[in-house]
Amino acid sequence: MKHMTHLQRLEAESIFIIREVAATADNPVMLYSIGKDSAVMLHLAMKAFAPGKPPFPLLHVDTTWKFREMIEFRDRRAKELGLELIVHTNQDGVAAGINPFDSGSAVHTDVMKTQALKQALDKHKFDAAFGGARRDEEKSRAKERVFSLRSAEHRWDAKNQRPEPWRLFNTRKRNGESFRVFPISNWTEQDVWDYIAIENIPVVPLYFAAKRPIVKRDGALIMRDDDRMELRPGESVEEMMVRFRTLGCYPLTGAVESGAGTLDEIISEMRGSRVSERQGRVIDRDSGASMEQKKQEGYF
Amino acid sequence: MSNALEDNRPDEADWAQGSTPAALEDQTFAGPAPDRAGAAAPIVDPQAAMEPVVAPAESLLRFITCGSVDDGKSTLIGRLLFETNAVFDDQMEALEKDSKKFGTTGGDLDFALLVDGLSAEREQGITIDVAYRYFSTGKRAFIIADTPGHEQYTRNMATGASQAELAVILVDARKGILPQTRRHSFITSLVGIKSVVIAVNKMDLVDFSEERYEEIKKGYQEILPQLGFTDVSYVPLSAKNGDNIVTRSPNTPWYKGETLLERLETATPETFEADGSPFRMPVQWVNRPNLDFRGFCGTVASGTIRAGDRIVSLPSGQRSSVKAVWGPDGITEKGRTGDAITLTLNDEIDASRGDVIVREGDGVLPVKTVEADILWMVDRPMVAGGRLNAKLGSHQTPATLRALNGSVDIHSYEVKPANALLMNEIGKVTIAFDRPPVATTYTENRELGAFILIDQLTNETVALGVINSLARPAAGGVRTTASAATAGAQPKSGFAKLKAEWLGGGTADDPDKAAAATAARATASGLIIVIAVLMGLPVLAAAILGAIDFLVRPFITSRLADNDERTGQAELSEKPAPYYGDGI
Repeated sequence: MKHMTHLQRLEAESIFIIREVAATADNPVMLYSIGKDSAVMLHLAMKAFAPGKPPFPLLHVDTTWKFREMIEFRDRRAKELGLELIVHTNQDGVAAGINPFDSGSAVHTDVMKTQALKQALDKHKFDAAFGGARRDEEKSRAKERVFSLRSAEHRWDAKNQRPEPWRLFNTRKRNGESFRVFPISNWTEQDVWDYIAIENIPVVPLYFAAKRPIVKRDGALIMRDDDRMELRPGESVEEMMVRFRTLGCYPLTGAVESGAGTLDEIISEMRGSRVSERQGRVIDRDSGASMEQKKQEGYF
Repeated sequence: MSNALEDNRPDEADWAQGSTPAALEDQTFAGPAPDRAGAAAPIVDPQAAMEPVVAPAESLLRFITCGSVDDGKSTLIGRLLFETNAVFDDQMEALEKDSKKFGTTGGDLDFALLVDGLSAEREQGITIDVAYRYFSTGKRAFIIADTPGHEQYTRNMATGASQAELAVILVDARKGILPQTRRHSFITSLVGIKSVVIAVNKMDLVDFSEERYEEIKKGYQEILPQLGFTDVSYVPLSAKNGDNIVTRSPNTPWYKGETLLERLETATPETFEADGSPFRMPVQWVNRPNLDFRGFCGTVASGTIRAGDRIVSLPSGQRSSVKAVWGPDGITEKGRTGDAITLTLNDEIDASRGDVIVREGDGVLPVKTVEADILWMVDRPMVAGGRLNAKLGSHQTPATLRALNGSVDIHSYEVKPANALLMNEIGKVTIAFDRPPVATTYTENRELGAFILIDQLTNETVALGVINSLARPAAGGVRTTASAATAGAQPKSGFAKLKAEWLGGGTADDPDKAAAATAARATASGLIIVIAVLMGLPVLAAAILGAIDFLVRPFITSRLADNDERTGQAELSEKPAPYYGDGI
């Protein structure tokens, strides 16, 4: 393997994992969250089955609060690639009026993301779902398996995970159980951007700096993507040159001030950055173990 | 400080090619991406050329860190991440907060908290599970598997080690070589790692004594002959204070070797997969997107394959030649070890997941029975005779743990007789596969010589294993170990034959073993008599029962085993035209 570069080795490993799921799962699905990690994962899936297409649909759990540019990008990509796209929204949550402003980020995330994901997986009886999570993102993710077994209730048992020696993944499961599979577990944020640049992978324009309508709230730069976001007394909308390091629900995703308008500039900026990408994520900040708790409850 | 490593990286112009947003917008990736090797001359973005972008690291090194509890593994990793700027400010902020709350360093930054992510680990101050960590310098990208020191988590250590190319084994300078050091060294050697770095940690606590360092070095050299390492180096360091991690420490002027990071950046671990070894690829998935395309997908376990090469699919033995090799970027010239490829062939052959495609003339074969070392990973004991599922390459089959031939004392490295294997113990076993997989020894090929065992009811992964030797299935024209043994034996009289069968194959020829087997069986039958009497049977009836058991049971057991063997072979011979290689 000495002939392979670092990225080529990561690429080969990811393709192996994606094919392993296609070969062993009855009804797999790829969770497509529209972000850069999903873009890389989808690109790898296209390679794994070329000249054919991936033998599974894409699933997007739409909280109804994603950036509009993300939704446009999602629909365009699925069409360009000729892939089936399933969009699921938790209608109970919508009916109950759950939203990130009044319900708070924790309730919103639980109802519109975690519960919605479980609903979608149950509805379509998917027994394996690919996710674009990386181990370098967060401490409890660092201990996550590539093939992560979930109970019929979608719970993750951190203390009782199957060992994964070599690349001998144990893909056996009982009825009702399912796998979350993470093909880019071993990629870092830097690897993802390097690969996007090498492979010319399309990503949502929000990653590139542009003038955007920004409200400064609780120390974060929130882009006012539509008028559902009401201004609090003293707040105003400013045009600022910003970009996003991660993408999620717009009221919960902080922008960074940046002039990086090209991939090279993004990569340079990232290499010089002193804060982690999840720093802009409002939902992670509660406590060190907050991701572990969310994952046990079924969050991706 | 090590930022310099990254910033000094020379510009690589081809890195900047075509990566403007405009180029992105135009790019679609329906169908395979253009061949990387065949790409046109790089289009250099003028702006990028002015502001050099650092190229991604050229190579990747996967390594593990292991050592006893409190040897400071997590601290060492935290230190490496910190020194290579892989820790961000917000993570540092959290670390400062956590160090005060959970820290074991009395208010100083506790680097272990950077890596111990599960709440149970933070509360207990120990590492339970393998944690994967990432950092890179200008020269290399690194994936660290931080593995637990506690004996009860040996399985997690072995898991981390199985994917690694190098091991950093920590030794506490105050404590020297401990039983755990020997255990970790053994497991490291078992999974085939050839390069190790002995990191003599906590040198600050022995006043950076050269004498103490040399003493530890000598102590480790004593156990080396029993291990399979080919590249061993020693570094005196202090993870807590950063001595000899990235920069040479003024505290150890007597040490002339590399710092830990220098060692990791320059190490070239011996890997199994030389491109010169024969081409072998387990079929992972058959790609049939339409009637005109039928591709066999897999990751090359060893060797090189090109269009035109003659191949054989095992176990069916069907032959064909390669029409095209598809790499990640479309049709490519060749596939090499580690590449995820798709092969199209010039003839319609029937190959499916679990089969192995090899080059014509390769002597590799499906094997019914193997001798292997296994590490038992669940808390109920392993006993001989158990039925399990085995996964080897992409092949899955039910299997029988035919015999437990001994357990390895991982402290003295001695093999001892054993009746059962407990969790985290290593056993020498004989395994029979219901559907024989194409396999090699682990030293010959990592992919085809390693396996996991899965509980058929609970689906837990109960063991990992490496194959030490193969017993090949009997077949016309092929000399197998079993038939060779029979052929060499002298013809026996009727009673001698019965006696041999009663004692079982190899046992009959060895008087010591025969006596031991007889004694064991007499004890078992004696127990049956006692139980029968206790249950109210007359003594005479109980004695007769015991005698029958003593005389007859070995025959029944041996017949059952024979049947098992035959079933397996029958299944194998059902496949059309078995191919057993031209090389034998």
